[in-house]
Amino acid sequence: MRQFLLFISVVIVGLLFTARLFYLQVYASDSYSLYEDNAIRKVYKYPKRGFVYDRNGELLVANQPSYDVMVIPREVKPLDTLEFCQLLKIDKEQFNKQLEKAKNYSYRLPYVFVSQLSKEDYAILQEKMRKYEGFYIQKRSLRQYETTIGANVLGDIGEVNNAIINKDPYYKMGDLIGKQGVEASYEDILRGKKGIQFIQKDRFNRNIAPYKNGTYDTLPEPGKDITITIDAKLQAYGELLMQHKRGGIIAIEPQTGEILAMISAPTYDPNALVGRKRSKNFTKLFYDTIAKPLFNRSLQGVYEPGSPFKLLTGLIALQEDVIDTSEKITCYTGYKYGNRFMKCHCASGTRNDIISAIEKSCNAYFASTYRRILDKNGNASLGINRWSDHLKSFGLGNFLNNDLNVGQPGRVPDREYYRRIYPNTFYSTYTISNSIGQGEVATTPIQLANVVAAIANRGHYFTPHIIKSISGDTIPSKYKTPIHTTIDKKHFDPVVEGMFEVYNKGTASSLKVEGIDICGKTGTVENFTKIDGKHTQLTDHSIFVAFAPKDNPKIAIAVFVENGYWGSRFAGKIASLMIEKYIKGTISRTDLEHWLLTHSLEDEYAKPYSGEPFGINRQAKLQVIPVDKEALKIYEDNNKKL
Amino acid sequence: MLRKTDRHFKFDWITIILFFLLVGFGWLNILSASHTGETLDYFNFQDPYSKQLIFIMLSVVLIIITLSIDAKFYERFSSIIYMVALLSLVGVFIFGKTINGATSWYNLGVMTFQPSEFAKAATALAVAKYISDLNTDLKYFKDQLKVFIIIAIPAILILLQNDTGSTLVYAAFFFVLYREGLPTIYLISALLVIIIAILTLKFGIIITTITAVVSVLAYHFTRRKKPSIIQTTLIILAAILFSFAIRYAYNTIIPAHQKDRISIWLRLEKDPSELRKMRQTVAYNLNESEKAISSGGFSGKGFLEGTRTTGKFVPEQHTDYIFTTVGEEWGFIGTFGVVLIFVLLIIRILHLSELQKSQFSRAYGYAVASIFFIHFMINIGMVMGLIPTIGIPLPLFSYGGSGLWGFTILLFIFIKLDSNKINEW
Repeated sequence: MRQFLLFISVVIVGLLFTARLFYLQVYASDSYSLYEDNAIRKVYKYPKRGFVYDRNGELLVANQPSYDVMVIPREVKPLDTLEFCQLLKIDKEQFNKQLEKAKNYSYRLPYVFVSQLSKEDYAILQEKMRKYEGFYIQKRSLRQYETTIGANVLGDIGEVNNAIINKDPYYKMGDLIGKQGVEASYEDILRGKKGIQFIQKDRFNRNIAPYKNGTYDTLPEPGKDITITIDAKLQAYGELLMQHKRGGIIAIEPQTGEILAMISAPTYDPNALVGRKRSKNFTKLFYDTIAKPLFNRSLQGVYEPGSPFKLLTGLIALQEDVIDTSEKITCYTGYKYGNRFMKCHCASGTRNDIISAIEKSCNAYFASTYRRILDKNGNASLGINRWSDHLKSFGLGNFLNNDLNVGQPGRVPDREYYRRIYPNTFYSTYTISNSIGQGEVATTPIQLANVVAAIANRGHYFTPHIIKSISGDTIPSKYKTPIHTTIDKKHFDPVVEGMFEVYNKGTASSLKVEGIDICGKTGTVENFTKIDGKHTQLTDHSIFVAFAPKDNPKIAIAVFVENGYWGSRFAGKIASLMIEKYIKGTISRTDLEHWLLTHSLEDEYAKPYSGEPFGINRQAKLQVIPVDKEALKIYEDNNKKL
Repeated sequence: MLRKTDRHFKFDWITIILFFLLVGFGWLNILSASHTGETLDYFNFQDPYSKQLIFIMLSVVLIIITLSIDAKFYERFSSIIYMVALLSLVGVFIFGKTINGATSWYNLGVMTFQPSEFAKAATALAVAKYISDLNTDLKYFKDQLKVFIIIAIPAILILLQNDTGSTLVYAAFFFVLYREGLPTIYLISALLVIIIAILTLKFGIIITTITAVVSVLAYHFTRRKKPSIIQTTLIILAAILFSFAIRYAYNTIIPAHQKDRISIWLRLEKDPSELRKMRQTVAYNLNESEKAISSGGFSGKGFLEGTRTTGKFVPEQHTDYIFTTVGEEWGFIGTFGVVLIFVLLIIRILHLSELQKSQFSRAYGYAVASIFFIHFMINIGMVMGLIPTIGIPLPLFSYGGSGLWGFTILLFIFIKLDSNKINEW
C-alpha cells in the first residue's frame, strides 16, 4: 500500500490537470478571432462619408474637418493653464475636471480633452500647441450642411448606441451612424467601409508593432455620393411659407414618384446637430414635446384627410358603378340619415353631378354615394371590405415601403375593424363620416400626396421615394415600377374635371395662378384634443391637395396646416405658391405670399396650454405679424447657395 | 560479466529522453516568451532565451560530471554535501542579494546563483542516508524527530530568506518518509489538517466544529472496538482548537498578499467592487494566465504567434508562468503533452526506485519523484487557478540557471545510483 500513495497522487493530479485544461482550452474557449483578441489593437481608418446632392446637382451635405484636443496625462508638463483655457474656451475648473477624468481613464493612453473645436479655434490653437506637452490635436470628419434646409429630409449622424453595436459588429464604440433622414436610410451607401490596422500591444496598452507586418490590414473604401429627389429651391420656399405654422407638405413628381419637397414645420437648422453643440441642441429639440420639431409631420403626422377624401369616394362609386357621371343628387343643405343630419354648405335644392359635387365639396352627394357603395349587394359588411380594398390600392392604410426611415400606416377601416364596436348588425349609416374623410379613416400627408399623384396619372402611381441616383450604383427597380390602382383609367376624367373646377369657380377660385391649369381640392378637418382629461375641439386643420398642370402633370402636392381653419385659408395658398414656384420658378401671386408671411398660427397653438377658455374657428382671431426678417434673410442666404 | 559496451546502456535512457524533451520544449517556450521581436541572437547573453541556452549547455557538462562520479560517493559524502548546502543557505544572509523580496541569491557577476535550488538535492541525499541507516526505524518517535530536523533546517533557512514557495517543496519529503515506514497516523493527521483548514476558511469555525463533532462521534460509535471516550473528546477539542488557530493565523499572522491569494483561491471575497479591484491587482496574474491558456484553444496559435505572449500580458511568463506560453501557442495538445511527460517522468522514477536494491537509492529516488511532483502540482495548479498562487518554477521548463542545474543534479544523481544497482548485491 505504502508504495502506491505517491503513484496514485501523481495519476490523480495528472487527470485533474487534464480535465481543467480541457475545460479552459476546449470547453470554455471560443474559437479564436483576431477581432476579439484584446492583445491586438484594432485601429480603424475612417473613409470619407458620401456627399448628398439635390435633384439639380446642388450640394446639400458635405464633410468638414473637426479637431479634438487629446491628452496623454503621463506626458503633461506644467503649463500656462490660464492661456490654455482661454484658447480652448473653457474655465480652470473644467480643465482640472477633464484632466482628472483622463487620469482616471489611463495615464498612458490618449483621452479626448476637448472635442470638436471649430476651424477658427483650431487655427489659433495650432500655433501655440507645441508649448503644451502631452496635448495634441486629432482630426475627425463631421457633416457640413451647406444650407439650413431639409433637416427632416437629410437627417443627421451621431454616435452609435449599444443596441446597434450588439446587433451589427461593423460598428464600434464611438463610430458615427446616420440617425434620421437619408443619413439613416442610405447609411450603408454613404458610410463606405472602414479600413483596419492590427497592432500588437503590450499589457500596458502600448503599441509594440504592426501585427504580422500588417498582412491583415485593409484600406478604407470611401462612401458613395447620392443625389436625392428633393428640389432644394422648392424645399427652401416651402419651409419659408411654413414659418410660424405647424404641419407637413409633400410634393411628388407623379410621373416618377420622386419626392420634390418634404416639409415638416416647425423645423430646425441641421447644423445645430453637428459638433460640440450637438448633444445640447438635440436634447432641446427632443424635449420640445409641444412643437415636436423632430417629429416629421409629413411622414408621421396621421390626420383625418377631410374633403380631399371625397375624390376617392367618387372614384370608388364610379368603379363600383353605383353612380354615373350624368346622375344628379339633390342636396337639402345636408344629408339626413335616420334621425341624424350631416350639414352641407350647398344651398337647399342644389342638384350636383360628380363634377359640381367636387367643386362645391357637397357632403350630401358623397354621403349618399358612400352608402350606395356599401349597400351595393345589400350587405354593408361585404361592401365596406370592397371599399377598403379600393383604398388600399392607393397605398393607404399601410406603410409605403419606401426609403424613408420613418412613416405611419394611417388607417383604412374594414369590417374587422368595426367588429369591436358593431359585433352583430352593421349598416352603412354607422360609418357615414368616412364618406367625407372624417370618422375612422386617417392618412399621412405623404399618403395623400401619393393619392393625388395617382389621380394625376389617371390610375397608377410610383412608390414615393427620395433617392434619385447613387454614384456608381443603381437605385432599386421597385421605384421604377408603376403600381396600378383598382380604379379604371376612364373614371379619373370626371374627378380631375371636378378638381379643375375647384380652381376655376369652386372653393379655391381665389388661388388661381395665371398660365397654369391647377386641379385641387380643399379640406377642413375637425380635430380634438384632451385638455385636463376633457375632450376639447380645436380650430379645424387646413388641408389642400393639388396637382398641375392638368394634362401631363409635373407636381402633385398635399399640404396640411394644423389648426389653420378652412382649406383655402392656409393650405390652399401654400399649395398654389409651391406649384407656381416649381413650374415657373418665379412667383406672380406675391399677394398670397405676403399674406402667408404676415399671418401666424402661434397664438392658436398656445391656446390649449394657456389654461384659459378659448374660442375656435369663427370665434378665433387670426394673428397678424410683421414679416419675419430673420427667416427671410435665411431663405435668401440659402437661395444664394443653391 | 558485463561487456564493456554495455556500460553506456546501464543508464535509464527513458528518463534521460524525457528530461531532454522537457528541457528542449521548455527552451522553445522561453524563446517565445522572452524574444523582443527583433532578429534572434542566440548568443547575445542578454535575453533570457540566450542565457537559458547557455545554461542548458552547461547542464550537459554537469550531467557528465554527475554521471562520472562514483555512485558510492553520493552516499558516503551525503552528510558533507548536506552541511555545505546548509552553509551556503546561511551565507546568503551575509553575502546575498534580494530579488523580488526574497534574499536567496548570490551575485556571481555574470549570473546569480540560488543555493536553495541545490539544497533540495543535498537534503534528499541526507534524508536517504539517514533512513537507510540500519539503526533508523521511523516507527520510533526519536528517529522521526531526527529526520524531521534534517528536513526542517534547510526549510526554515529558506523560509527566513522569504521564499515561501521553495519552503513548501520540503513537504515533498513526507512521501519519502511514508514510503519508508512513517506511521499512517501522520498521513491521516495531515489530511485532517488540510480539511479543517479549508473548512474553517471557507465556511467558518462553527460549521467546522459541527462537522468535526459529528464525524468524530460517528467514527466513535460505529467502531466495534470502542475507542476511549477521553481520546475521542481530545480529538474533537484538538480539531476545534486547530480551527481557531487557523482563523487566527489567517486574520493576523500571514502577510496580506498571501491572505489575498487564499481569498481568491477559495473565492472568499463576494463584494463585486472588491473583486474588480482584485482583478487589477492580486488576481491580475491569475486572470491573465487563465486568459492566455484559454485563448490557445485546442491547437494553439502556433509557435511565436501567441498575441498575449508577444504582448507580455502575463508577468513573469518566462519563469513561473511559462506554462501559459505552452497553453497559448500550443493549445490543449501542447499542455496535455507537457502534463503527460511530467506524469511519465515521475512514474518512471517511482518505478525505478522500487527496483532499487539499496534502501538509500530507493529513498533518494522517492525524494526525487516527490520533489518533481510537488513542483509540477503547485506550478501548473497555480497557473490554472486550482491552488493558490505560490511562486515556484516548473522543473526543467522555467527560465533560470540555478533551477535547471539543481534539478539536473537531483535527477542525474538518481540516474547514476540507478545505473549502479547491479553492484549493490
